[in-house]
Amino acid sequence: MLLLLALFTWPAFAVEPREMLTDPALEARAREIGRTLRCVVCQNQAIDDSSAEVAHDMRRAVRERLVAGDSDAAVYEFMVARYGDYVLLKPPFKAGTLLLWLGGPLVLLIAGAALLVAARRRRAVPIPATEPLSAEEQRRLDALLGR
Amino acid sequence: MTSNRLLFLLPLATLVVMAGFFGWSLLSGRDPAAIGSAMVGKPAPRLEAPSLRAGEPALDTALLKSGKPVLVNFFASWCTPCLAEHPLLLRLKERDGVAIVGVAWKNKPEEARASLAKLGDPFTRAGFDLDGKLAVDWGLSGVPETYLIDANGIVRLHFRAPIGPRELSQILALVKAGS
Repeated sequence: MLLLLALFTWPAFAVEPREMLTDPALEARAREIGRTLRCVVCQNQAIDDSSAEVAHDMRRAVRERLVAGDSDAAVYEFMVARYGDYVLLKPPFKAGTLLLWLGGPLVLLIAGAALLVAARRRRAVPIPATEPLSAEEQRRLDALLGR
Repeated sequence: MTSNRLLFLLPLATLVVMAGFFGWSLLSGRDPAAIGSAMVGKPAPRLEAPSLRAGEPALDTALLKSGKPVLVNFFASWCTPCLAEHPLLLRLKERDGVAIVGVAWKNKPEEARASLAKLGDPFTRAGFDLDGKLAVDWGLSGVPETYLIDANGIVRLHFRAPIGPRELSQILALVKAGS
């Protein structure tokens, strides 16, 4: 029963057997690349996970490039030249994406600095020295306490 | 302390900034799903495809180097948005004399032919890309998509949607400048 369940809930995986390369090393590289290339019609799915026609064509193109002897970097270049940076699930680090990459750490830094300043300021305020009770106050306190 | 009072305005200021961004997104027509084009400004890819018409030679990259701007349109008979742009393509051919190369994408040639016979054929030359191999070279994401190749074989426009009146005037402006 569990096995059946596991079989039926297998994660979406769209690479069809007829697409696969016979060379296991090349096929493994194709999978690695296919996991990081974004399908251009399905917003946020890797081409390996998408059964869109275009995703199928892109997987085939990746394999064709690998069989032709391209390095992984050359395959990525091939795809970026045609579909732009959009096709990379992990955006590249460059001028246009600086805010994307550094925005998070920057906010953390600013918030940390603000907290630090606030903590310093709080510590700098001296606790006012308390004056001893006057004779009148002492008498009222005693009355309240029933002494 | 006034600085602490100002701090209370921070959530409100955040709200204003966010509302401003959302408002701008709604009103400016920004499309977060648009994937843009990496092809514009680059030399057109190879254009090799079997001819859709009997007795005509296969499509050849030389078609894009005729010294005149050429429109390349990927279409399919099964594609509904293609129907929307079809009259504009016919107009471009008949009224403006623009050379249009059509490529039927993932479309059986006989079905593409039948559809063109019914709707009118706006193409100077037509081919078909049954398995979508040519399309990946063109950075195609689906149909319809249209590219304007200038007289020097450089991609000048790439529309990932059916062309409408706005796209039409962009095409015409460049065709007139380039011929």
